Amino acid sequence: MKVQLVRRDTASRAAMIGAPILALAMACFASLILFSLLGKPAGTSLYALLLKPFLSWYSFSEVLLKMAPLLLIAQGLAIGFRANVFNIGAEGQFIVGAVCASALPVYYPDGAFPLMLPAMIVAGAVGGMVYAMIAAGLRTRFGASEILVTLMLSLIAVQILNYLLLGPWKDPRGFNFPQSVMFPDNALLPLLFEGTRTNISLLFALGASVLAHFLMQNHFRGYQLRTAGLAPRAALYAGFSAPRMIWLSLALGGLAAGIAGASEVAGPLGQLQRSVPSGYGYAAIIVAYMGGLRPLGIVASSFLVSVVYIGGDSATVTAGLPVAAVEVFQGFLLVFYLLTFTLIRHRVTFVRKTIA
Amino acid sequence: MNSAAPALLTLVGVSKRYGAVQANNAIDLVVRPGSIHAVLGENGAGKSTLMKMIYGVERPDIGKILWNGAPVQMARPSDAQALGIGMVFQHFSLFETLSVVQNVSLMVPGKQVELAKQIKELGDRFGLTVDPDAMVHRLSVGERQRVEIIRCLLLDPKLLILDEPTSVLPPQSVRLLFETLRNLQAKGMAILFISHKLEEIRELCDEATVLRGGEVTGRVDPRTHSASDLATLMIGREMPKLAATKAVAPGEIRLALNGLDHPTKTRFGTPLKSINMELRSGQIVGIAGISGNGQQELAAVISGEIPSVQADMVKIMGKPVGKSGPAARRELGFSFVPEERLGRGAVPEMSLADNSLLTAHRQGMLRSGFISRNKERQFTQTCITDFDVRTPGPDAEAGAMSGGNLQKFIIGREIMLNPQVMLVSQPTWGVDIGAATAIRRRLLDMRDAGTAILVISEELEELFEICDVLHVLHEGKLSAPLDSATTTAQDIGALMMGATS
Repeated sequence: MKVQLVRRDTASRAAMIGAPILALAMACFASLILFSLLGKPAGTSLYALLLKPFLSWYSFSEVLLKMAPLLLIAQGLAIGFRANVFNIGAEGQFIVGAVCASALPVYYPDGAFPLMLPAMIVAGAVGGMVYAMIAAGLRTRFGASEILVTLMLSLIAVQILNYLLLGPWKDPRGFNFPQSVMFPDNALLPLLFEGTRTNISLLFALGASVLAHFLMQNHFRGYQLRTAGLAPRAALYAGFSAPRMIWLSLALGGLAAGIAGASEVAGPLGQLQRSVPSGYGYAAIIVAYMGGLRPLGIVASSFLVSVVYIGGDSATVTAGLPVAAVEVFQGFLLVFYLLTFTLIRHRVTFVRKTIA
Repeated sequence: MNSAAPALLTLVGVSKRYGAVQANNAIDLVVRPGSIHAVLGENGAGKSTLMKMIYGVERPDIGKILWNGAPVQMARPSDAQALGIGMVFQHFSLFETLSVVQNVSLMVPGKQVELAKQIKELGDRFGLTVDPDAMVHRLSVGERQRVEIIRCLLLDPKLLILDEPTSVLPPQSVRLLFETLRNLQAKGMAILFISHKLEEIRELCDEATVLRGGEVTGRVDPRTHSASDLATLMIGREMPKLAATKAVAPGEIRLALNGLDHPTKTRFGTPLKSINMELRSGQIVGIAGISGNGQQELAAVISGEIPSVQADMVKIMGKPVGKSGPAARRELGFSFVPEERLGRGAVPEMSLADNSLLTAHRQGMLRSGFISRNKERQFTQTCITDFDVRTPGPDAEAGAMSGGNLQKFIIGREIMLNPQVMLVSQPTWGVDIGAATAIRRRLLDMRDAGTAILVISEELEELFEICDVLHVLHEGKLSAPLDSATTTAQDIGALMMGATS
C-alpha cells in the first residue's frame, strides 16, 4: 500500500476561506492539550493569546503597529514567491533599509534637511532594493541560488549594523550604548491615532496591498510573474524574459522590506538600534504563505500573526507561559494551515503497489 | 483463425471508471489461440485501459476475466506473466545504459550467457535479429522494439499484447514486424494488436474489436470490411475527407536555416548538424522522422527557446534572429504550436482566457500594461467556437481539459495570431479524426492565404496529405528537400532509417 496525494481539479471557494479558520481551531485545540501538559492554566493562556489583544484599545493599536511591517514585507515577498523567486533575506533588506534611512538623521541630528521624512523613506526603499538586487545579479549572471545569497546577505547586514553602531554612528552622548542619536521630530512618522504608537506606516502597508493586488490580478507583469512560477517552460515559450522576472521579484521584495525598515527606525524605535533585526523579515515569509500568497489573504494573515505576537507577550506575563510555548503555538498555526491547505488542493488516495 | 477453437482469453462485461470518466463500459472480448486480434479505436476510446486490465496493471470495477475458461484475478503484471501474457508497451521500458542481454536478464531468469544464446536463436527463428551485447542506447527504435518483443517471448507467452507497435516505425520496419507476427501466429500464439491504423489492421488481423467512448461498437473480420466501414465503426460516422486544393506558387522566403549547428548540453539530447532549409510563403514544408532524432531541439532552436550559436543561422522574414528570444521572433509574425501542451503551450493551473494571454497579448489585450478582460474573453470565446474546443467556457482550467481539446485550443490560438510564419509540432497528436481533419484543413487554408508553415510530425500520412515539400530528420541531420508529389513513403522510410539521399 502506498499513500498518494492527487491534485483536485478545482478547489472549492468555501474551503479556501474555511481552511484558515479550521487551522486556527486545530491550533487552539492542540495548544490546549500542550498548555495543560505543561501545567499552565490552558484556558487563561488561550484567552491571553487570542482575546486579550482585542480587549483594550492600546493592545489593539500595538497589533496594528506590528502588522504594518509584517504586511508590507510579506506583500513584497509574495510577489517573488509566486514567480518561484525565493527571497529569504527580507530581514537583511529590512536592516539595510533602516540603516540607509538613519543616515540622514544621524548626519543632520538637528533636522536641518529639507523633506527629511520622505527622503528617509526613499533612502530606505532604495537601500533595501539595491541590497536585494545583489542576489538578482548573482542569480542571473552566475546562477547562484537566491535563497542562499539573500540569507547570507542578511548575516552581513547585521554586521554592517553592528559596525555602524559600535563605531562611526554611535551616539557621542549615549553613554557608550551601541545606538545612534535620537532622531529629531521631523524624522519621525506621524502617528495614526493619538495616544498609541501606531503610525502611518500601516497606510503604506495597506497601500502596498492594493498595488500588489492590481499588479498580480490585472497587470501583464503580474501575469508574467505568475506564469514564470506556475510553468517556467510556458513562460520561456511565450518569450517572457526569466532574468527580468528575477530582477523584478527581488527588487520589489527589497523595496518593500527597505520601506518597512525605514519605518521602523522612523517609527516606534526613533533611532537606529541593535534591536532593529527583530525577525520581521523571517516572520513575513510565514505570513506570505499563510495568506496563500494572495494580496488580500496576506492582509488577513498579517493581522492574525500580529494578534498572536501581542497575545503571546501578554500570555507570558499573565499566564506565566514560557516564550517557547508561544512560538509553538505559532508553529501549530502554520503546520495546521499548511495541512488544511494541502487537503483543499489535493485528496488522499491509497493505491496498491503496482509495477507497470 | 478457427473460430471454433476454445477461447484463450475471455472478458465478460468488464467496466472501469476513473473519477467522472467511464473508461470502459461492459466490454466483452474473446481472443482465440492462433489469432491476431485487433483492438481498434481512437485516442481516448479506452484501448489502453482495457490492456492495463488484461495485463494486471489495473483491476476492473466489475466484470470477469477468464483464462482458458477459468476466472482469474490479476493483481499485478507478474500475475499476468505467470499465466502467459506478455506485453510490449508503446513507450519502451529499457535501460539505455545497459546492454540488450542485461536488459533482458532483469526480467527473465537465467544466466546471461544462456540468455544471449536464446536471444540469437529466437531472433533467427522469428526474424528479430539483434546483437545481444549491443548497448541499448545505440539501437534504433525498430531494434529496441525487437528487444522488447524478444524479452516477452523468452517468458514463453500464450498471448502477446502490442500497444500501437507501428507508430514509431518507418514503413520498411513495419513489414518486418508483420512477418514476425505472422510467424508467431503460425506457432499458435494469440496476439492482441492495438492500433488506430485501419489499413494495417485489414492487412494483418483476422478479428477486430472496435471501441468507441469506452464501449464495443463492433466485432468484425477486418479482411472482409473496407477501411471506411471500420472507420465508421470507430468514429461513428463517415471518415472525413480532406479535399485536395491546388498548390499556389510559393512566394518569398520567410524562414531560412543556414548551416544550423547545435551541440547538445545533455547526454541524451540530439545535436543538430549543419541544417539547411528554406520555407516560403504559401508553402507547407514537412519534417518527417522518428521522435528523438532532433525534432525537439530543432523546434526549440527555431522558436527561440534555445538561442543558436550565430545570429544568421536562423532567419525569419529575412532578419537574422538566431540570438533573439521567442518574443522578438513573435514580433516578426512567427507563431508556434509545441508538442507539449501542458506546461509549455499552456499553463495548466490557469483558465483558457488567461492562456490566450500567453501569446495573444499583442492582439490588443493590453492597455498600458493592464489586461483587458473583455478582449481576453472575446478572443478566447472566438477560439473556442471556431476551433470546436469542447469546454464549459473561457474560465475552465487548461489542466482539466483532454489533450485533444487543449491541442485544438492552442492551435486555434496560434492561428488566430495571423502569423507570417508558423511552426507546428505534432499537430494532431491525441486529436480525434474529425478534429484532425479540421486542423489540416485550416493549415491548408492558411497556406493558400500565403502563410509559410513548417510541420514536424511522426505521422507520414499526415505529412503527405498536407505538405508541398518534405525533409527527413535523422540523427540531427536534415535531408535535402523532396517534392511530396513525386516521393513515396518507401523513399521517406529509407531516409528515416539513415539512408543518404
